[in-house]
Amino acid sequence: MTKNILIAGFGGQGVLFAGKALAKMAMHSDLHVTWLPSYGPEMRGGAANCSVVISNEEIGSPLVPNPDILIALNRPSFDKFGPCVRSGGAIFADSSMIDERSDRTDIDAYYIPASRMAADNSLSGLANVIVLGYLLAKTSLFDYDAFLADLVSGIPASRAALVEGNTKALRLGYEYGCCGHEE
Amino acid sequence: MSVVFDRPKALNDVLMHYCPGCTHGIVHRLVAEAIDELGVEDRTVGIAPVGCAVFAYNYFACDMIEAAHGRAPAVATGVKRTHPDLVVFTYQGDGDLAAIGTAETVHSATRGENITVIFINNCIYGMTGGQMAPTTLPGQVTTTTPYGRTPKIQGNPVRICEMLSTLDGVAYAARVSVDTPANVRTAKKAILKGFRNQIEKKGFSIIEVLSSCPTNWGLSPVEALAWLRENMIPYYPLGTYKDIDAVGGDAK
Amino acid sequence: MAKVLMKGNEAIAEAAIASGCLYYFGYPITPQTEISEYMAKRMPKVGGLCLQAESEIAAINMVLGASASGTRAMTSSSSPGISLKSEGISYLVGSDLPAVVVNVQRGGPGLGGIQPSQADYYQATKAYGHGDMHLIVLAPSTVQEMASLTGEAFDLADIYRTPVIILADGAIGQMMEPVDFSERRRREIPPKTWATCGHGGGRKHNIVNSLLMNPEDLENSIRDRFERYRKIEAEEVRYEEYMTEDADIVVVAFGIAARVCKSAVAAVRAEGIKAGLLRPITLWPFPSARILELADTAKAFLSVELSMGQMVSDVKLACECRRPVEFYGRTGGVIPAPGDVARKLAEMAREQM
Repeated sequence: MTKNILIAGFGGQGVLFAGKALAKMAMHSDLHVTWLPSYGPEMRGGAANCSVVISNEEIGSPLVPNPDILIALNRPSFDKFGPCVRSGGAIFADSSMIDERSDRTDIDAYYIPASRMAADNSLSGLANVIVLGYLLAKTSLFDYDAFLADLVSGIPASRAALVEGNTKALRLGYEYGCCGHEE
Repeated sequence: MSVVFDRPKALNDVLMHYCPGCTHGIVHRLVAEAIDELGVEDRTVGIAPVGCAVFAYNYFACDMIEAAHGRAPAVATGVKRTHPDLVVFTYQGDGDLAAIGTAETVHSATRGENITVIFINNCIYGMTGGQMAPTTLPGQVTTTTPYGRTPKIQGNPVRICEMLSTLDGVAYAARVSVDTPANVRTAKKAILKGFRNQIEKKGFSIIEVLSSCPTNWGLSPVEALAWLRENMIPYYPLGTYKDIDAVGGDAK
Repeated sequence: MAKVLMKGNEAIAEAAIASGCLYYFGYPITPQTEISEYMAKRMPKVGGLCLQAESEIAAINMVLGASASGTRAMTSSSSPGISLKSEGISYLVGSDLPAVVVNVQRGGPGLGGIQPSQADYYQATKAYGHGDMHLIVLAPSTVQEMASLTGEAFDLADIYRTPVIILADGAIGQMMEPVDFSERRRREIPPKTWATCGHGGGRKHNIVNSLLMNPEDLENSIRDRFERYRKIEAEEVRYEEYMTEDADIVVVAFGIAARVCKSAVAAVRAEGIKAGLLRPITLWPFPSARILELADTAKAFLSVELSMGQMVSDVKLACECRRPVEFYGRTGGVIPAPGDVARKLAEMAREQM
């Protein structure tokens, strides 16, 4: 089993962090994992993306030209990478940032107004974690409780306030996926 | 019978390759005397340059490293930072220190590397046979300034002590000369102070020594010393440009 | 020790410290700056020093000074900065000094780009500086290898008194993978009796020097050094093989390209194409003998590189014209997808039928 995941958005949306959270969970689940960011000056406020490959076998290429799962946090990423998703794959899109809908019928497309939900719940900067919660609800990638425990275990004691926010954000996204709120 | 003059212990008993009348031999001796007087030969590492003094590694009895052209202060930084208790000096000419190695000189000085730099300024490239140095005087004829150095074409000479004395990391910057016995004695004191500063962990010390190059200047040894006095000292005034021990933090 | 998720650049830095390298001299350049930043953070905590030099030239010469006085030290850079270090690297070689130099390659020539590249292969394996010389060149392809080869590099440098290059690329440098720092083979290091660290009154002065004015003396010293190179070639060649036993086409690739090729080989195997992968871990010494052996069973070789084709010439030399050697590569920072390599393999397989 190998899952190729691509997370893309603007710099500052927590694209790399979301990828790291998935990568750490994979490592703690004794899976092989690679995390490869786009890097360089374009990271400063421009486009950011990272490729995460999770597998129970040794990983060859860490590049993800055709993701099984695309997490698109903005419109340019949705437009650019949506057509690249492998047939049978899935897109998770922040619909408060993306007014478009995919016309592909060979993939699953999931939409969640993550940025708006973050703003409504005083979870500034945590739309990325909301989408991760949604992803956990819609796929069998990781167990929700295990992921939550792993996510908050990485937060240093000096920033304990973040535990509550991340927990709430992950749960919001997860419940949104489980309770059939979606479009 | 008492011995009144002998080879310093910090100099090896080997034949030096310097030309007749060249003042490198005097400066080598002054450095070696300073090492002897401070009793630090066993824990001293010298860095030789590329230039006429390239073989200094054979002459000094302490451990020696031969650096690439201009890089001696960076090499010295590597030695001193990993072995703070060693006494580390560089011995560099004007091309090495003030042209190709200017960046290494300026940055080791401003970092305040606790090393001692002996800078031989003779206004010419000696080893390669008399080309223009960064310190070659306006009007001075060299093989690459056959019509005399013209500042509008070849640019102006650089005054290293004046420049480095503006840097916070510099503990001591002095320009001396070895053209007369009196000046040799002053030079000795400055070199000794440069080494003592290092032992007392005061920071970067540079002693610029105005030197003669009879061979490439095309003068006899005596004429060369007169030329140094008449031409170099007016352009490169002798004195202490910075001394953190002096009242007010500097001198001159 | 548990595995930690780490960038390749950070793994190099941590492994260096774990190998007893407490002195790092560098100058920032993308995509390897994390090495400097990691060193700056960690060194003060372990009693070491990370010093940001005024240039790559100064940094390599600081390493030279530290190494001459008997201390493990390293520097790192990326392609344009490595060119500046080449003077110092040649002096390190000429002075028989150990050192570890990391090149996290980016595209060139000139300022080039900042994306991953392997276009410094020729520079690393043929001419890292002027003069008759070789360097040991190690090519990691995982973050774990960034760590383990860094440790090996320090040992090799001390054993053979030579600079060792870690030739990585921007992808492996920026990539995170789980890494385990407890995996480390330690070798016996000869005492550094040659070091210039003060004679202490107990010996004649040591001289660290690369200048020998007498041609016969210089020739002899180079011949001595080449004796050591022959020993390195005999004892230190390292490579990894994947499905080469029955392979008709043997892909030769290192670093990030080897990972892409491993995926490609697995993919075409599923389609019945008998491909295999030989991944050189030491680029110098190059695994030429093994490639020649494989020429007995393989019908063709394919060199895959992130360049216009550099290692391919070594593969051709290694197999002594006994088999065709083809090339596939992308350059300028473009990394081929496994599918691109798979297509090339399928094309080669068709030609063989």
